[in-house]
Amino acid sequence: MLHTVNKSPFEKSSLDTCLRLAKPGSDILLIEDGVYAAAVGTAVEQKIREAVSDHTFYALGPDLKARGIEEARLIDGVKVVGYGEFVDLAAGNERVQAWL
Amino acid sequence: MKFGILVNEGPYQHQAADTAYHFTKAALERGHEVVRVFFYHDGVNNGTRLTTPPQDERNIVNRWSELAKQYDLDMVVCVAAAQRRGIVDEEEKKRQGKDADNLAEGFNISGLGQLIDAGIKADRLVEFGD
Repeated sequence: MLHTVNKSPFEKSSLDTCLRLAKPGSDILLIEDGVYAAAVGTAVEQKIREAVSDHTFYALGPDLKARGIEEARLIDGVKVVGYGEFVDLAAGNERVQAWL
Repeated sequence: MKFGILVNEGPYQHQAADTAYHFTKAALERGHEVVRVFFYHDGVNNGTRLTTPPQDERNIVNRWSELAKQYDLDMVVCVAAAQRRGIVDEEEKKRQGKDADNLAEGFNISGLGQLIDAGIKADRLVEFGD
């Protein structure tokens, strides 16, 4: 399943809920303010580092760029994708769950 | 593959309206079919032709209209959500006795059944909201 998270982890608990309920092996795509979770040096970094072994993490490139998060500042294992790859992820998974 | 798109947020209010557009465009450019874009809740505000953003800024409403024209997209605005927010087409204008209508080109006003129908017809229903 593809999970999309569009909230900052410093604002809402959407990411926590997603991580609690996503089955191992899920694809998790961070979009909009959700991309803040992908950066190193934050309070949620450790949480993402642990979750990276269970799930595949993606972050939407244009949203990273819009927020000034350079790829060099991303947590290891987070893959940067564009809108086209977002579509591929949605097509490649049987379901898409938006954690709003 | 067939995609259904659900848009729950309005333009210039939440990025969801932008993300939904970019996703829909990318899906179409990749050769997928988009069976319907359904605008619900504040998402119905994507369908008013009276928005006039500055000329050097993206025009979210026109952008949808152009995409619909290019790909013959079915864009449906929820009637109950539209009535609450003053989104009116010619027919609703007459039916409700209003002095104007404002639905943008390429949009249609219809019922929530169109969302269920999109969910049934599409292989994937992708939601964009807050």
